[in-house]
Amino acid sequence: MKIVIINYGAGNIQSIMFAIERLGFKAILSNDPEEIKSADKVIFPGVGEASYAMRMLKQSGLDVLIPTLKQPVFGICLGMQLMCNKSEEGNTEGLGIFDVDVIKFSSKVKVPQMGWNTIYNLKSDLFKGISENEYMYLVHSFYAPICKETIATTDYEVAYSSALENNNFYGTQFHPEKSGDIGEQILGNFLKL
Amino acid sequence: MLTKRIIPCLDIKNGRTVKGVNFVDLRDAGDPVELAKIYSDEGADELVFLDISATEERRKTLVDLVRKVASTINIPFTVGGGISTVEDVEVLLQNGADKVSINSSAVKNPQLINDLAQKFGSQCVVVAIDAKQIDGQWIVHLVGGKVPTELNLFDWAKEVEERGAGEILFTSMDNDGTKNGFANEALAKLSQLVNIPIIASGGAGTIQHFVNTFIDGKADAALAASVFHFKEIEIKALKKELKNNNIEVRI
Repeated sequence: MKIVIINYGAGNIQSIMFAIERLGFKAILSNDPEEIKSADKVIFPGVGEASYAMRMLKQSGLDVLIPTLKQPVFGICLGMQLMCNKSEEGNTEGLGIFDVDVIKFSSKVKVPQMGWNTIYNLKSDLFKGISENEYMYLVHSFYAPICKETIATTDYEVAYSSALENNNFYGTQFHPEKSGDIGEQILGNFLKL
Repeated sequence: MLTKRIIPCLDIKNGRTVKGVNFVDLRDAGDPVELAKIYSDEGADELVFLDISATEERRKTLVDLVRKVASTINIPFTVGGGISTVEDVEVLLQNGADKVSINSSAVKNPQLINDLAQKFGSQCVVVAIDAKQIDGQWIVHLVGGKVPTELNLFDWAKEVEERGAGEILFTSMDNDGTKNGFANEALAKLSQLVNIPIIASGGAGTIQHFVNTFIDGKADAALAASVFHFKEIEIKALKKELKNNNIEVRI
């Protein structure tokens, strides 16, 4: 199986590489459109600020490529947020794969949300064998509200989408690569799709 | 609900843990990777590695360690100690660290906080603040509490938040090593003052101290070293007791 992690200069890529290795696979880092197109599975990571990350994507033309991909694509954290219509962070236009706008938590709660929180209302093969209310590790200041593509929900100030799915596109707000054995199992489920 | 976090801290010198450890099942008590794995398996929510070595070789050794830890454990970890430039941080994050903790370098060059937050995001910037009370005022100290600064804890905390820190690790030098409990009054005040998570550090001696720092100190996370290393407190038992006190934890 060919697994490509999109390398566009944003994100803690090494942790995902290691998690994939622990699952017994190897991943390639690339921003080459041909390499990405030929992959069986594509992982779209992201950590940092949305408008900067989007600029980096545009520089390599990946903003055009990603929405056209046909194989399973997995956006993690900021990667998931960039797959939405737009983000309030830096007033950023997204890739429009998930039909929802990303907005900021209010100052009624501590921002960023940092730590372990539960996921529930699980509705996807991504969560095959995963019980309701398992803890996942999250670090984020912006969130995708509940929408028709929501496949997991988490509560922080409001109930919001901690995972999204649209056709071959999947996204999690949490970091499966940093969420213990259960997180690793979710990453493994994606690789088995 | 977001849980409160329990964070063991490992002091590292030349790639080895230095504080004595008391795990019977450890093959090599000085191996930080093996210790990290044990803590991770026991239910630690995060780990902090504090590098206290001062040799020229330190950076390379630390990077090797970060890679080994990142390849072994699947929970987040923070690396601190001697980090003073954007390049220092870049190499640690590239090798698998999730966050870095800066202390003296932030006091000496506050712009570093802005630069790191801008380049890597606030989520990976932890500002560690060591403070102790002098004439009733909480004063920020450097070099493990030896050197006082002009900074007031609360003013400095507010400033680091405004500059883009994602989290504050507050160690009370008055409490550190006493095993008499955390500085809950100052912690609660900090938690009210800033809107980023606060990690309580310094003073853990009993399970009740953790209960108190989450309830009275309003801390988001609690960090400790020796009580975990010497197995005076086991993480599983600690979390169970926190849950009995209606404190949300990951079990």
